[in-house]
Amino acid sequence: MLAAYIVRLARKNMWRHRLRTGLTMAGIAVAIVSFGLLRTVVDSWYAGAELGSSARLITRNEASLSFSLPVTYAARIRRVPGVRGVTWVNWFGGIYVDDKHFFPQYAVDAGSYFDLYPEFVVPPAQLSAFQHDRRGVIVGRKLVRKYGWKIGDQVPLKGTIYPGTWSFTIRGIYGGADAKVDEGQFILHWDYVNEALKRALPSLADRAGVFVVDIDHPAQAAAISAAIDSGFANSLAETRTETQKAFQLGFIAMVDTILLAIQTVAYVVVLIMMAVMANTMAMSARERMREYATLKALGFRDSFVSLLIIGESLSLSLAGGALGIALTFPLADAFFKATRDLFLVFEVRPLTIVLQLVSALLIGLCAALAPAWSSARVRIVDGLRAVT
Amino acid sequence: MSALISIRALSKTYRRGNQPVPVLLGIDLEIDAGDYVALMGPSGSGKSTLLNLIAGIDKPSSGSLLIGGVDIAALPENDLAGWRAAHVGFIFQFYNLMPVLNAFENVELPLLLTGLGKAERREHVETALAMVGLAERMDHYPNELSGGQQQRVAIARALITDPTLIVADEPTGDLDRQSADDVLKLLDRLNRELGKTIVMVTHDPKCAARARRLVHLEKGVLLDHADAEAH
Ligand SMILES: Nc1ncnc2c1ncn2[C@@H]1O[C@H](COP(=O)(O)OP(=O)(O)OP(=O)(O)O)[C@@H](O)[C@H]1O
Ligand SMILES: [Mg+2]
Repeated sequence: MLAAYIVRLARKNMWRHRLRTGLTMAGIAVAIVSFGLLRTVVDSWYAGAELGSSARLITRNEASLSFSLPVTYAARIRRVPGVRGVTWVNWFGGIYVDDKHFFPQYAVDAGSYFDLYPEFVVPPAQLSAFQHDRRGVIVGRKLVRKYGWKIGDQVPLKGTIYPGTWSFTIRGIYGGADAKVDEGQFILHWDYVNEALKRALPSLADRAGVFVVDIDHPAQAAAISAAIDSGFANSLAETRTETQKAFQLGFIAMVDTILLAIQTVAYVVVLIMMAVMANTMAMSARERMREYATLKALGFRDSFVSLLIIGESLSLSLAGGALGIALTFPLADAFFKATRDLFLVFEVRPLTIVLQLVSALLIGLCAALAPAWSSARVRIVDGLRAVT
Repeated sequence: MSALISIRALSKTYRRGNQPVPVLLGIDLEIDAGDYVALMGPSGSGKSTLLNLIAGIDKPSSGSLLIGGVDIAALPENDLAGWRAAHVGFIFQFYNLMPVLNAFENVELPLLLTGLGKAERREHVETALAMVGLAERMDHYPNELSGGQQQRVAIARALITDPTLIVADEPTGDLDRQSADDVLKLLDRLNRELGKTIVMVTHDPKCAARARRLVHLEKGVLLDHADAEAH
């Protein structure tokens, strides 16, 4: 009964200074929202990197990603024991309308590419139509939605790496096997590009940007990678093979430092709010010295007063925290929309919500500790003499 | 009448920094059950200090303090809190009501430390508020009541647990004549009709005259009270 009473009294006390309480609550909400969004940014970045299956290997030029490899390597890679399939991809890098409309375009080996990427789901009839039309493309559902395309539409791209204006016909639309698959890719024929190159720039022809290698057992990834690379050791174009995940993580390695900074900021925001809130609670407790002393004189124990302060602090921080959590979802959506192509997925994870709740709880608890302790210790006669 | 309060060689010394400040210097005093004592003396003479010791919200430096046979100076803090809840009703100069609670809830407060159920509590609170003439003001908050009304709420709160002893530190010190008179009439009734033992600190001789007995304190020492006896 006393516990229920503490909660009621704490709530009433909380609203004695409406402005102060309102501002503190808003502060907590902002801290919790920031914490949640910053964490979601970090999570989403890594989630994007994990999309690649670790059963696939990527073989690329040892020197740099910007150097390609002879396409004839495909046959030699396939002969390495443990390799189930090989395909290759070139970054096309064309411009659609203008460079604000960025989406990734890959020139792929039409015969094998979709065998290695089962998570890209294409209706068989469409896949076959694509394979039979050298100027055909398969595009992701997200792009179709964004640009209102449909099958049969012509899509012109201005080449950057491969000069000229290119025109493609949409032959198929792929969807992701699950929500994590990037549905924003534009997939065209490597053959078609290569044909044009042979005529215009023969030196650039017959090259693959990277090989994608499917293997029987992910556990053998390291051994097979080594076997592939040793096959090309001391050749003109040495290779570097790694799992797709490692490849993508390597891509964002430099971002790691930034991500660490972001995560630190998230925690610092919570710490700052803790300090601000501690000050608010100390101020309230000082103002109520005489009330607390009166309660103690009436026979309430020191712990009752402490719990009253802790209860008030927790009510305040949890209310602010709940507000912050509620705001996280619409804000995350807005953030995702505003930065559309930066993230593949942008989802507030359950763990983030748990951490937000824990942060709010910690803010309330830590802020209350000092005033709860000192108010409990104040001697009744001193508390009663306090002027308010 | 037997002595409810029995004080022997009671001393209290405060400490300001390293400086000891002696406030009470060996007080001997007996107060009978059902008595109504007015404690007078100049400012700083130690009246509040003595009252606080009797009420069990402060601890003596030396001497003994028996109330109803209990040596309250020896009680551990939590037991002492329980003892106060059961045996002492407090009336303060500035009422000390909880501003977030209405009159009803303020009076109910001490009952939360008892095992009484909600319905019983309501009955007790309504009776107490009716006795102080504020039955109509139950849902008023302290800032919606006059000083005199607030002090009457405080009196209802002091008597709600039916304590043996009521302590009042300048209960009329902040009130106009009329309100002060109402408060004193109530204290009279508590003493005469309900048999409460009252110890009241006051500066006002007219107030003190309403008590059964006068005790004078000067510089921490009781003046010979035989000749200060009222009636
Ligand atoms: N907590 C304390 N710490 C130090 N000194 C104190 C404390 N409480 C009281 N004193 C000192 O003890 C002396 C007696 O104080 P007390 O409040 O008992 O006087 P009083 O007779 O009630 O005076 P008044 O009529 O002004 O209320 C004063 O000199 C006061 O400064
Ligand atoms: Mg005093």
